[in-house]
Amino acid sequence: MSIKKHVKLGLSALALSVSFHAMAAEDPIKVGVLHSLSGTMAISETALKDTMLMLIEKQNEAGGVLGRKLEPVVVDPASNWPLFAEKARELLEKEKVDVIFGNWTSVSRKSVLPVVEELNGLLFYPVQYEGEESSENVFYTGAAPNQQAIPAVDYLMNDIGVERWVLAGTDYVYPRTTNKILETYLKDKGVAASDIMVNYTPFGHSDWQSIVSDIKKFGSAGKKTAVVSTINGDANVPFYRELGNQGISASDIPVVAFSVGEQELAGIDTGPLVGHLAAWNYFMSVDNDDNYEFIDAWVDYKGDEKAVTNDPMEAHYIGFNMYVEALKKAGTTDVEAVKDAIIGVSVPNLTGGYATMMPNHHITKPVLIGEIQDNGQFSVVWETPSTVAGDAWSDFLPGSKDLISDWRAPMSCGNFNVVTGKCGGSADAATN
Amino acid sequence: MSIFRLLAGLMFVWSLALGSPVVTAQVQDDAAQALLQRLVEASNAEKADVLKKISESGDERARGWLEAFANGKLASVKSTGATVIVVNNVGRNWQITSALNGEDLGEVSRRELKTVRVNNTLRSEVDGILSVIDLTVPNPEIRLAAARNLLGEVDSVLAGQIEQRLPEENSPAVRDMLSIALAIFQLEQGDIDAVEVLSGSLNSQARAALNNASNSDDPALAAAAGKALDSIEQKLKMNRVAETLYFGLSLGSVLVLAAIGLAITFGVMGVINMAHGELIMLGAYTTWGMQQLFPGQPGLALILSIPAGFLVAALAGIAIERSVIQYLKGRPLETLLATFGISLILQQLVRTLVSPLNRSVVTPEWMSGSIMVNEALSLTLNRLYVIGFALVVFAGLMLIMRKTRLGLEVRAVTQNRTMARSMGIKATKVDILTFALGSGVAGLAGVALSQITNVGPNLGQNYIIDSFMVVVFGGVGNLWGTLVAGLTLGTINQVLEPWVGAVLAKIMVLVMIILFIQKRPKGLFPQKGRAAEG
Repeated sequence: MSIKKHVKLGLSALALSVSFHAMAAEDPIKVGVLHSLSGTMAISETALKDTMLMLIEKQNEAGGVLGRKLEPVVVDPASNWPLFAEKARELLEKEKVDVIFGNWTSVSRKSVLPVVEELNGLLFYPVQYEGEESSENVFYTGAAPNQQAIPAVDYLMNDIGVERWVLAGTDYVYPRTTNKILETYLKDKGVAASDIMVNYTPFGHSDWQSIVSDIKKFGSAGKKTAVVSTINGDANVPFYRELGNQGISASDIPVVAFSVGEQELAGIDTGPLVGHLAAWNYFMSVDNDDNYEFIDAWVDYKGDEKAVTNDPMEAHYIGFNMYVEALKKAGTTDVEAVKDAIIGVSVPNLTGGYATMMPNHHITKPVLIGEIQDNGQFSVVWETPSTVAGDAWSDFLPGSKDLISDWRAPMSCGNFNVVTGKCGGSADAATN
Repeated sequence: MSIFRLLAGLMFVWSLALGSPVVTAQVQDDAAQALLQRLVEASNAEKADVLKKISESGDERARGWLEAFANGKLASVKSTGATVIVVNNVGRNWQITSALNGEDLGEVSRRELKTVRVNNTLRSEVDGILSVIDLTVPNPEIRLAAARNLLGEVDSVLAGQIEQRLPEENSPAVRDMLSIALAIFQLEQGDIDAVEVLSGSLNSQARAALNNASNSDDPALAAAAGKALDSIEQKLKMNRVAETLYFGLSLGSVLVLAAIGLAITFGVMGVINMAHGELIMLGAYTTWGMQQLFPGQPGLALILSIPAGFLVAALAGIAIERSVIQYLKGRPLETLLATFGISLILQQLVRTLVSPLNRSVVTPEWMSGSIMVNEALSLTLNRLYVIGFALVVFAGLMLIMRKTRLGLEVRAVTQNRTMARSMGIKATKVDILTFALGSGVAGLAGVALSQITNVGPNLGQNYIIDSFMVVVFGGVGNLWGTLVAGLTLGTINQVLEPWVGAVLAKIMVLVMIILFIQKRPKGLFPQKGRAAEG
């Protein structure tokens, strides 16, 4: 080979790489945002859409990732579960997004799941959920039951001395599964069946009179009683109001809720709620500099001095940063490469620690218990000494206690049964 | 540091110069600051002890500190270590005053403050301490509340104090409450005589104590406690029946309120208005708007929202009638679809213009809490007002329909439109007014509902099906039917709920109505005579 030829080859390679590079720089990384902006869930999900837009804006100000800008693609699935699947398909097939951040309710996630798996997309899901799921294409940045429900029950049992339990929830998959897990857990701890009362109410229930009266009756048996509430969304408000009106204070019968956050409290008069508890992995009131900066950025972005932050927003913050880190590590937006790169990635959370992506696509989180205050914020009364890794398959359900999930090669399995040694154990037994 | 020392030195010299009173104040302040400092630094377990010390310090500011602490408003400034009381803790900047001398320190960033952590256990500790102080105040109502607070909280030290206090107490109610508090403590100690005191009490704490005693190892005590419990249980049964009736009545009155506007637009005019729920929502948002106009006066705002809510919803009703419904007369299916569309538009309009989030409507002081009939039965005030309001609205509507010219014309037009027109009644005008009336009443329902449920874009959706159910069950075109149907459905629902749960109760009520309609297609009170042919 002559030198001339060498130079020529080198030049053409250079030209090629330059043109490739130029193209890449023009081509933004597309981030799909799949949150309801209308309908019932708009109350919770619009804030998450705005969080994503803010995070993307900040990242672009800092120069984007891999030399490319990020471009948000926002769609509105309108709180309509089948529409979630259609919109996800639109994002992946038509818009060709590199990643999707979205969903709130479990039923919407279940609707999107087959689409994301079929088209090999990436989905970051930011809300606490019932577990019993692990998909190769989904990253669960919200809490699994062992990162929220179980520690909360531990706190009530050990620190408050609760012996009688009311498990109250809205009638759908998350409360039913969580309560099933809690019931088994409590019985394992020696709580008698007669000391557990389970109650389900429809979505948006507003007439709590007789249920609260029942709880009051249940609580007057002489043992310390607490309510573990998986009541969803705004049905909580009339529930707490009824508790207050019937004279039940937080020191008589405390209520610990898994779905009541700063956002929900913003819409109500918090007077009667003071002292009731919530278990989350983040509170806006956490005294931490990263958190204060996030709040400042959010308040500026919204242009509303009263704008509040909440747990699912932190989950998006973590998920987004993890995705950015994984992109840097993989050096490409290729789905397979990112999926491999993201496992083990650690990014700071907003409570002064680190969140790490585990092989089961769940992350490590601290668990905080907070008491509601009159300004609609939570005051932290207890926290786990270290972070807790999310467990996809609960140890307290018969169908799932033998299952583990590990998406690293060579196992690459979401529901490996350690007893039979096979992938694809009884996955759905628990959720049905 | 040195500046502080210098300042402290100056203060010392200054206090010497001014003489002894200032010195004592200074000494007292130092002691107080030291105590508060300990409270700031203490772990939750140690805090109880510090709280007791503060209450025993005899400092007249102690009560303020304890209350601030219980409310989570005690904080220390990170940079200076000064203890402060937070006056306003909303937003990013908090307003603070000095804990020692009440001096206004202005607004500081939340980042600068470390709030002293409080929890339920500590809060009830403070409640206990304050209650003991309150036992000696002149106002008997405060004494009663304090005594009630002490139920189940009495320890051996406090028991001694109560025994001393009992003979001095001149209010019989307070004396009874204190004896019960004392008896609960004695029962916990295994004193069988205490059963006697508690046996007549309907108080839940007393029952809890008896319940525990009935499981005790001492067979005599267990038997006595068990017997006392049985007699209490008998008394409670009557109370529970009364309570269920009250719950039913209150749910029923909500249903009546939501449905009564529909009883006019659907029942009397025959217009299937799917946007009825959104008219209710508009009424509720008006209440919120009024409260924004009159900040700090939720009661006044609420009263003013009654006419305002009526007007807003009535105007919206007129707009809907003029723009859509009048063109679809006699085409119920199209009306149904068109009004359903309107309901979606109104919901999204509120979401876009106001916020997708629920709005906070404050309950005025005089509407929160409950009236205590006896220890086991209390009637919640907001519900009581709603029951009264529903009855007033119903009576008002009856009057309008029966005694006014408008009512007469409405009845004439609905019974025979052509005949009424030939008698000189302007049917179009009557249509508008009737629809406005029905819509306005929906607005009134919204004002009332803002006090018991969430004010948000979805408010109307939750009530539209119930409203139609009540109107159909009661008999289309009959206001009395709506009243009876609403109250009946409410009561049935509340009787079923404790047995089968809320979800199943709703289903059972629905199935029951379907079966009932099969038997009597025209509802409870069918219209008779020519009007029935419609």
